[in-house]
Amino acid sequence: MIEQTIEVSGLRKRFGQTLALDGMTFTVAPGRVTGFVGPNGAGKSTTIRVILGLDTPDEGRALVGGNAYQNLFHPLRHVGALVDAGALQPSRTARNHLLWMARSQDLDHRRVDEVIELVGLTSAARRKAGGYSLGMRQRLGIAAAMLGDPPVLILDEPFNGMDPEGIIWVRHFLRSLAEQGRAVLVSSHLMSELQDMADQVVVVGRGRVLADASVDELLARASSDHVLLRTPEPAEAAIALEPAGGEVAVTDRGTLAVSGMGAQRVVEVLNRAAIGFSEVTTQRASLEDVYLQLTGGEAEFRAGSDGRVAR
Amino acid sequence: MSLTSTPPRPARTPASNRFRSVLWAEWIKLRTVRGWIIALVLGATAMFFLCYEVAAGPETGGCSGLPAGAVCTTGSPTVIPTGPGGEAVADSYQFVHRTLTGDGTITAEITSLTGVISTNRANVQGSLSSSHPGLAAWAKAGLLLTPSTRQGSAYAAVMATGIHGIRYQYDYTHDSAGPKGTITTSTPRWLRLVRSGDTIAGYASTNAQSWTEVGSVRLSGLPAAVQVGLFATSPVDFHGATGYPTLATATFDHIAINDAPAATKSWLGQDIGTGRNAFYPTLATGSYHHSGTSVVVSGSGDIAPAVVQGLMGTHTASSSLLLGLIVGLLLVIVVAAMFITTEYRRGLIRTTFTAIPARGRVLVAKGLVVGVVAFVLSVVVMAVIVPLGQHLLRSHGNYVFPATTFTQVRIVVGASGLVAMAAIVVTALSAMVRRPAAAITAGTAAFLLPFIVASAAGGSTAEWLLRLTPAAGLSMLQALTQYGQVSYTYTLGNGYYPLSPLAGFAVLCGYTLVALAAATVLLHRRDA
Repeated sequence: MIEQTIEVSGLRKRFGQTLALDGMTFTVAPGRVTGFVGPNGAGKSTTIRVILGLDTPDEGRALVGGNAYQNLFHPLRHVGALVDAGALQPSRTARNHLLWMARSQDLDHRRVDEVIELVGLTSAARRKAGGYSLGMRQRLGIAAAMLGDPPVLILDEPFNGMDPEGIIWVRHFLRSLAEQGRAVLVSSHLMSELQDMADQVVVVGRGRVLADASVDELLARASSDHVLLRTPEPAEAAIALEPAGGEVAVTDRGTLAVSGMGAQRVVEVLNRAAIGFSEVTTQRASLEDVYLQLTGGEAEFRAGSDGRVAR
Repeated sequence: MSLTSTPPRPARTPASNRFRSVLWAEWIKLRTVRGWIIALVLGATAMFFLCYEVAAGPETGGCSGLPAGAVCTTGSPTVIPTGPGGEAVADSYQFVHRTLTGDGTITAEITSLTGVISTNRANVQGSLSSSHPGLAAWAKAGLLLTPSTRQGSAYAAVMATGIHGIRYQYDYTHDSAGPKGTITTSTPRWLRLVRSGDTIAGYASTNAQSWTEVGSVRLSGLPAAVQVGLFATSPVDFHGATGYPTLATATFDHIAINDAPAATKSWLGQDIGTGRNAFYPTLATGSYHHSGTSVVVSGSGDIAPAVVQGLMGTHTASSSLLLGLIVGLLLVIVVAAMFITTEYRRGLIRTTFTAIPARGRVLVAKGLVVGVVAFVLSVVVMAVIVPLGQHLLRSHGNYVFPATTFTQVRIVVGASGLVAMAAIVVTALSAMVRRPAAAITAGTAAFLLPFIVASAAGGSTAEWLLRLTPAAGLSMLQALTQYGQVSYTYTLGNGYYPLSPLAGFAVLCGYTLVALAAATVLLHRRDA
């Protein structure tokens, strides 16, 4: 496997009044699953279309393995993409859909049958694609992306419409692709879909990158780590903890959220002040919390967005 | 050699795919949607049956059992002669002749050439009493050599004409120009025809001393004994669209065979092709008389390719094809439009451009695939219906202008080429407008509209449409040839397209290239 990267640098694109991309810059490394996450309308799909040479940016460029997409010879052998699983001619069979794509890359029908088997569509391959469920169409889209055995894969919202079993299958499948050394970019508007799968997460909003870090870094950076404290004397506990550097918030009757100090320090302070407690728990931030923190300012996009930038 | 690395290619130079692979991919796309293949086959079938119906339609009453090559006019069959090349010819003239065996020469001085023009139209039986003096531009008088006086025989002739100077003509369609000038008493001309083996050469002179060769031809298979002599004829004279029969009278003097004065009194005077059922309109029957040493010959008619299709209401190899062609085209337009707009509607165009970033190649491949399939279907249908249509028309008593094999093949290939070009143009238009309804409308407006208007309107409107719009491609259906040596109103109504087949097709190809270029620019400028 020849390792290749996706380099996106300084993409800017305007659709009428809407600034869809505003200096989008990131790199997708080989051997890793990179999550591409952000609210609907954050510029994920536009970025992917620019990488695939479908849209032309006003500024900046996107390179795959150092080349502009338009300059790739038989591009599906370099980049496999699933952009819109519904983009099918309904009266054409799944196998024939893959066959024309294969022929355009000088690949033959044996490769078509291989990828059909890879995604588990062998029994339905000679049926018209119009009769496929959304989940089957996603599998067909993944088969199409795998046709050219590409070192780079780009999947836009691959989990949409998939049943839980399918989601698990896609996660394992993408992980195995990354382990083979491929660069895998997976976009989603739900951080939870990427947890336990992505190595790296690029969080975007309003057409630019808000965070680009490994999952561990993101979790560590999270400021929402806090200690949950259950005590019969919440007022006294707050008085004792605050001078010691803790930031205390009342979350419930008899429950305090303490941030700014670890659980051990909380226990020490409470013991010194002879305040009783029934529970002290460290609350780990989830990727979801980090995401909400990062994109909190992007509410404008989240409210009433139908998932597409107005064009 | 330096070891500098190659600079990165500019972003707009697509390396992309081999064109063969793109074509193959688009062919798979077309053949794997059953509806499109059915529509194309349906178009071919409709094309066949409509052409068949049109050809089988007209029934000419009153002339049952017509001989081959005959046309029924007012209840009696009229035979249109066929020349050595298989073409329809006019062969009506006055001939004063004798037999010449082996090699030899005939010489004569032509001292006057005058004529009269009928005051009645060509479709009325003419008479000398209703005529006025005047010489038709292509009135002909001179020396002629032919193996037989049967109409449509091979011949070679050197002649004086009304205004086109001395000409050398042979076998109806061939014409070469000699010295200019008209015949008057002060400017007579000498003419000479020399047979040497199979070669016949024509000469002209002002003084019988220095001779100019006007033309020569090898007529293979010429018998030893041929007829040589003096002839005169005069074709229908056209004023606008109306033709008036004419008659020309020529005076010949110093007539010699092999340089010895000829005993013309013993020559046979013969009026060829001006009988009651002769097809070519004549003013009067030809005549001749001796006047001292001179012979005066009067003749009406023409020795030339026949061009009177419009006058006679006859048919051609392509006259029953138009309706079928229009319906076939409509289906090709629909399939070509759907083939690309469906991809836009389904978002599949993005998959296509991801697989093949060179959008121009996709466009050309799509157009070619639909075009070639439509072309093949059309060639199959046309190759059957063109001969079959002519057979049907003839078997129902209609006269069909003979067309050479080359012309028929050109009609078959040309009509199919027109269909193929339409597919490519509509593909380009569809890529620009992207929506099926708009694409079909645009394709219909570009092709069917001018075709239908041109065939319905006629006149100068139609001629301009057939010059300037994609309908110019219809010129490939031209079954008749325009001849410089025959004055005629070569109008659409008479069966002549304003452009030659190749020029018309070139106009269509021009539109195709412009549409492809515009669509390619637009495809690259727009986001997919």
